[in-house]
Amino acid sequence: MQSLLVLILLAPLAGAAAALLPAPPGLRGRSPEHAVLRHGVLVSGVVLAAAIALALGFDRDHASTMQATTDTSWIAAMHIRIHLGIDGISLPLLLLTALLSFLCALHSYFKPPEGPPAKGFVALLLLLESGTLASFAVLDLILFFLAFETVLIPMYFLIARWGGGEGVPGGRQAAAWKFVLYTVLGSVIMLLGLLLIGLRSGTFDMVALATDNGRGLSASVQVIAVLAIGVGLAVKTPMWPLHSWLPDAHTAAPTVGSVLLAGVLLKMGTYGFVRIVLPIAPHGMRTFAPYLAAFGVAGIIYGSLACLALVRRGAGGDLKRLIAYSSVGHMGFVLLGIATMTPTGVNGALFANVAHGLITGLLFFLVGAVKDRYGTADLDTLAGATGAALYGRAPRLGGLLAFAAVASLGLPGLAGFWGEMLTMFGAFHPAHALSRPAFLVFMSAAATGTLLTAAYLLTVVRRVCMGALHDETGLGAAPGAGAPDAPAGAGAPGSPAGAGAPGSPAGAGAPSAGAGAPPAPLPSLPPLPSLPDVRGYEFAAWSPLVALTVLAGLWPAALLGLSDPAVHRLLAGGAS
Amino acid sequence: MSAAALVQSVDWLAVAPPGITALMALVVLVADLFVEERRKPLLGAVSVTGLVLALLSLLPLRSGDRATFCVGGGHHLCSYTADHFALVIQLLVLGGALLTALLSMAGGADGGAGGGPAGEADRFPGEYWFLLLSSASGAALLPAARDLATLVVALEVASLPAFALVGIRRGDRLSAEAALKFFLSSVAATAIMLLGVSFVYAATGSLHLSAVATGLTHVPGQLQAVAAAGVLLTLVGFAFKTAAAPFHFWVPDTYVGAPLPIAAYLSVVSKAVGFSGLILVTVVAFPPYAHLWGPALAVLAALTMSVGNAAALRQSATRARGAVRLLAWSSVAQAGYLLVPIAAAAYAGEKRVGSTVAYALMYAAVNLGAFGVAALVARARPFNRLDDYRGLYARRPLTALALAFFLLCLAGLPPGIIGLFAKVTVFSSAVDAGLGWLAVLMAANVVCALYYYLRWTALLFRAPGASAPGGSEPGASEPGASAPDAPAVATPEAAPRPLVAAVALAAVVGLALSGAPQLVLRFTDTNLF
Repeated sequence: MQSLLVLILLAPLAGAAAALLPAPPGLRGRSPEHAVLRHGVLVSGVVLAAAIALALGFDRDHASTMQATTDTSWIAAMHIRIHLGIDGISLPLLLLTALLSFLCALHSYFKPPEGPPAKGFVALLLLLESGTLASFAVLDLILFFLAFETVLIPMYFLIARWGGGEGVPGGRQAAAWKFVLYTVLGSVIMLLGLLLIGLRSGTFDMVALATDNGRGLSASVQVIAVLAIGVGLAVKTPMWPLHSWLPDAHTAAPTVGSVLLAGVLLKMGTYGFVRIVLPIAPHGMRTFAPYLAAFGVAGIIYGSLACLALVRRGAGGDLKRLIAYSSVGHMGFVLLGIATMTPTGVNGALFANVAHGLITGLLFFLVGAVKDRYGTADLDTLAGATGAALYGRAPRLGGLLAFAAVASLGLPGLAGFWGEMLTMFGAFHPAHALSRPAFLVFMSAAATGTLLTAAYLLTVVRRVCMGALHDETGLGAAPGAGAPDAPAGAGAPGSPAGAGAPGSPAGAGAPSAGAGAPPAPLPSLPPLPSLPDVRGYEFAAWSPLVALTVLAGLWPAALLGLSDPAVHRLLAGGAS
Repeated sequence: MSAAALVQSVDWLAVAPPGITALMALVVLVADLFVEERRKPLLGAVSVTGLVLALLSLLPLRSGDRATFCVGGGHHLCSYTADHFALVIQLLVLGGALLTALLSMAGGADGGAGGGPAGEADRFPGEYWFLLLSSASGAALLPAARDLATLVVALEVASLPAFALVGIRRGDRLSAEAALKFFLSSVAATAIMLLGVSFVYAATGSLHLSAVATGLTHVPGQLQAVAAAGVLLTLVGFAFKTAAAPFHFWVPDTYVGAPLPIAAYLSVVSKAVGFSGLILVTVVAFPPYAHLWGPALAVLAALTMSVGNAAALRQSATRARGAVRLLAWSSVAQAGYLLVPIAAAAYAGEKRVGSTVAYALMYAAVNLGAFGVAALVARARPFNRLDDYRGLYARRPLTALALAFFLLCLAGLPPGIIGLFAKVTVFSSAVDAGLGWLAVLMAANVVCALYYYLRWTALLFRAPGASAPGGSEPGASEPGASAPDAPAVATPEAAPRPLVAAVALAAVVGLALSGAPQLVLRFTDTNLF
């Protein structure tokens, strides 16, 4: 167990270094590119296998205790120890990270990133994986900071060198700068808070500090420390109004970068709240909890309003940017759950965390695929007059996109539901020291947010998945024409898109005839070229996410059973 | 009175590190007269050997309990003390001088604007090695000095050869101007410092640092103002050497005008001289006046890092010698971080200065490495613009990775782990001392600094092709620029071995420290004096 966790953290690091070296004979593959991409799949695959083995060996009856622990001195002068371990809170996130990293490596193996040689890409990807895995497994404040910082440089280069600049003010360079400068500013301020806690209490060990439950820290120290740490984590999460780096970074990042950014990197912020702020400085947290909840709820409303604005016809909205804004909303739920300071709310937050990682990861994969096929992610260009008609042109892709959108809006039975439900439930009965009326207001605002979320996601489905199956560049393209057409396309899933079209008499028709009698299947318009549907490797990369989304929705106890004992312990200060 | 009482007994082993260096300086000076022209490279090898010997002489002193030149019997008032602080700084200074010597062995006296790959003509003249070793011996003497007179003498021994070194490129107007600027401002600072020292002597009646410390606790009422003025004025001389704002204005022009190895030397060894002197006078001699120098140094630190970073941010990519200029400004900013723990020592006890020592060790290795890479690049691209680093990864992957590592260490971000931890110790000293405002200001500065370090790092990995059209424009204004530029792109010439060795050494030190930060960070937790 112990060595397994160390392997999980070190393997990607060693893999990143090895990726820069020339491939040894026998492993050269078809080309250097091919070899190094395969190397990435191999290393992240090993890490995933080790993570699964770790999860299988995890003692679920004692999910609240740290398992697979390592505790050795590293820098004695500063009392920094290499203290590793996992409990029910970190295990799901560790697994999620390993899974998403592997799927990303797999995806880029079949679809190599466009841009500079893939050698650097794979090295950065593995470095990123190592940093994220470490941040979920370390139990020392300074090591947490180290892991937190490790992800910055790889992500910066992934965005700046392999990203795409369309739809981002200032291009991908500006987006990468925004990402790295914002996050560094936040994390340096967080460091000040961590140092304050460590120096005042004499230890940087998270477990010892959590057991103390803030008893060794004076009230004013806790308030200052929570403010400093909170700002750093809130930038990462991101919390409204510190979110403005996120849409640009997501839009500019390559598909794989967006998936990891949304699926994993954002979780480091919320994980920090649960692991550090809640148990170590409960008094400071109580002071700021209402504000955190208010900002979280503001994020929910703001995110969904921004998405509604983007999804409108003629707004020039980018699909990736839209999903990025939706992340602001979803992370708002997580923050609200944490701010309730109750087991229910925090469990909901952790559940929403994982669910968001699965669903948004899937959404970014899907949008990346759409962008590849259409050449753009701009909603207006995609949808044209009636819609992008994905149901008709690539039915499986359209179906998956609709599935992910519906999961994202929190349909019961899928992963997105439980997190939102539990956080709102937690807000209904917040912790004793917190003002209940305020949280009731927050809860109802959050509930309104779910409606808005449903509104924009369904609009996305309508504009991207539905639409006329024929090229309607003509003037008379009535919006209504899309409606009878869409079911026709969707009615024959599996058949090659537009299979019915060749039978229709082509040419010779005048545009005016199109709007005429409903029974005539628009004979005048040439059919849209069919798009390649979900490819084999795409299916391989996406199906685990789909399966887990369904599984987490139908059997939430699998996750809650892990996190619940650990959450109780953290909130009670290690007493239970 | 017997003869033995008159003749002071000297612990020669204790004074070996500066002693050997000074001796080797004389050997090189004499040898220069007799060695034939084609054998001159031998002088460099002799200097390197001398520095290695001086470094080895630190080994028997490890226990840190030796002292010599004592008065009044016993160990209580000694002018030369080889305690842990002295040994660590001597290690830093001599190691820095060693790397500088390695950088200098590749030549480059005529490098820079003159153009042309280094050959016989631009090897440094023989006296260069003498000056370098003399300066190094002064720098090695300073951290061990425990009275104000020895401190001033050591400071001058370290500085005077440096003026000549800056101006050693004969016939180069820029070099001469840089030397003059450096000389005038340095002399003014020394004069002010001497005034301060005399005030302190007047108020306390002693020059020994520990005696000054006790003397300052009961200064007669009418001399209080003199003592306070003396304390503050004494700091000026050292603040000048550390290049702390507002005494930093000589830095950019001097670094750019000086030969590259000397710029590296100034940025590391000269700075080490400055802050070790500051530590000695503040923490050992002036603790009773901590309420005075503590806030003063805190303000100085804040000003220094802000000015340095603000200027470094404004460096354009196409300016000639922009790389050195950027490193110069960044070294000003780094001096600000170095001052933070010293200021914190006024509030939280002298142990805090260990953070400065740890930070300085990291900074020395990494900054010398960065200068080494700059020297490598300057051989092919004499203008040393930031744009010349575009696509370095494609031409020299290992060099580019090394520079990226150095820059990220300076910025304090992983994979430069040691840089991160060095920053953490500095932050923790500020937080511990209750200097919250300084810590927050430093946080903002770290973010600013990240921008220019990371911009340079990103440039290394850009596609090299893009630089070709942009490169010729600024070159057109200065003749002879494009000629050496063009062939260098096609086939990078083999780098001289000493230069590669210097960069490799710095990189190995940086990597080793990243793996085991305890090696330098242990100084933050022990009593150095």
